[in-house]
Amino acid sequence: MPPRPTTPAKTLPTDFLAKADETVAHYPFSARSATLPLLHLWQEQFGFISEEAIVWIAARLGQVPIHVLEVATFYPMFHREPFGKIHIKVCRTLSCELAGGRELFETMKRLTGATGDEHGPIHSPDGRYTLEFVECLASCGTAPVCMVDETLHEKLDTPEKIKACLDTHSTGGEPCPIT
Amino acid sequence: MPIAEKRLILKNLDEPGYTADIECYIKHGGYESLKKAVKIPSAGLINEVKVSGLRGRGGAGFGCGVKWSFIPPASNKPILLICNADESEPGTFKDRQIIYKDPHQLVEGMIIACLAVKAHLGYIYIRGEFPGGAKILERAIAEARQKGFLGKSVMGSGFGLEIFVHRGAGAYICGEETGLIESIEGKRPNPRIKPPYFPAVLGLYHCPTIVNNVETLCAVKHIIAMGGSEYARLGRPNNTGTRVYCVSGDVVKPGYYEFEVGRITLGELIYDVCGGIRNGNRLKAVIPGGSSAKILKAGERYKIKEKMPTGSVFEREIGLEDIVMDFDSLAAVGSMAGSAGVIVMDHTRDMVAALANLNAFYAHESCGQCTPCREGSLWMQKITSRIMRGDGREGDTDLLKSVADNIAGRTICAFGEACSWPTQSFVTKFREEFLAKTGAAKEKNSEEGSL
Repeated sequence: MPPRPTTPAKTLPTDFLAKADETVAHYPFSARSATLPLLHLWQEQFGFISEEAIVWIAARLGQVPIHVLEVATFYPMFHREPFGKIHIKVCRTLSCELAGGRELFETMKRLTGATGDEHGPIHSPDGRYTLEFVECLASCGTAPVCMVDETLHEKLDTPEKIKACLDTHSTGGEPCPIT
Repeated sequence: MPIAEKRLILKNLDEPGYTADIECYIKHGGYESLKKAVKIPSAGLINEVKVSGLRGRGGAGFGCGVKWSFIPPASNKPILLICNADESEPGTFKDRQIIYKDPHQLVEGMIIACLAVKAHLGYIYIRGEFPGGAKILERAIAEARQKGFLGKSVMGSGFGLEIFVHRGAGAYICGEETGLIESIEGKRPNPRIKPPYFPAVLGLYHCPTIVNNVETLCAVKHIIAMGGSEYARLGRPNNTGTRVYCVSGDVVKPGYYEFEVGRITLGELIYDVCGGIRNGNRLKAVIPGGSSAKILKAGERYKIKEKMPTGSVFEREIGLEDIVMDFDSLAAVGSMAGSAGVIVMDHTRDMVAALANLNAFYAHESCGQCTPCREGSLWMQKITSRIMRGDGREGDTDLLKSVADNIAGRTICAFGEACSWPTQSFVTKFREEFLAKTGAAKEKNSEEGSL
């Protein structure tokens, strides 16, 4: 598990607040509709859905915190603990498995050093990578696929291609440490 | 000689130099349909779509114009329109192409649909795994607003319309339209109890709401461009227009291909269009309409009834390769056209492993609201997992079928059917493979590999 970063500052950045206002304005009939968008916004800004996130979003939308908590705990993309700097989602579902999705996941595990209970996201000991097996990413024609942060990578069917994919995302430009 | 594609929706998006911005779209004739549509009264637009015979492309294949006409005429509540861009059905990747490469086609179709049903507010519910797609759509909407296609007065017609992008967060059940509505309301996406069967009666914020798939809304644009009756000449009666078929699995050329509905057979799609089975292998099975569709087995024979132009009906026997890829034909052979996601498996594939993979998907994605589905999907996953580990028990094959039989028809939404159809069809059609891995037989077969 990567070290827990410090909780975000009590006073939230003004650009975050402005984006939150704009988001809520998209829902003239019900502010509660902004629950998912604000959870996304918070996670993008601060990395994960902390206790503070639940309380703040609820207050912003005039809801009780349980309404936000029940949403944050249902949807797989929201996580309540910090993730690594680089987040890899490997597609687990049928078309990718037929094309080598399991091998892609195992190679990613070896390259990143991520370990743990594979029913959920697993992390590399240095906190750099979080690796996750996820359900269908809707790119079955170019299987096997994975997403690294927001980028889709297709046809990762050889160890060389998988290594090259990871290298393009390594922070600071240096290649992936393990070969 | 491969059958020629009929590219209507995919026409431009793979052309060299074609970009997602509005200038490029307009250069290729974009927003011309909207110019036509603003001059047509709402009832006229709905009628064009009814005449076109367009059936929903998301999975259920419900008549689009009919759905639109379910909005109560006397309602004084605001009407809302939602584009279902939560493309999550395993084997389906058509909406991704449209959203990423030709977003304005969707925006234009959606604006026309809003004019037709008199919705002044629309949301595009896009799956969370398309973060880039959400940004592309937001930019497209901003461009359309700047050009006056959206905003206080759509093309000076006085009709006000705003469209916003709403991102999901990784839950398959949000593709179910009432689950999707709950999700936009900021809740867990537990599908709603029916009746009312249609959100057109009671939908988002308890207002009349139309939910249409991405491809359906794109088709609306083309229906207005060419006229409903002209569109209805494409495809076959009751299965009109074009469809984007997504082929994945063990074929030489997987990908997305657009054809007139029902003008291509499953055999032509696999062998002529996709180059046949990979590595010189033989066909074993096909899932024809997204992972929920019942599997078809190579060598199966089907008795189908065909209606002649004279009105007389005659029965004939066909093989898997002869199945026409339209709504009615796939239903007639006991499966469904669904989302048109075709997953092909060759003779080396282990059907128990394939079902184990799908069962894990459904167990993960059940929303947990109804007991038969929540417990049943997990139970089926546990059974197929233990068979794969080599711990299959005597009677597991029949137990799987029995669990599946007790889910379908006993749940609030169609997920119950979606999760039981794979198990029911795999176990029935590949029974010997399951028996060989369970009970006393499994030791003899323990050297068999995995998927």
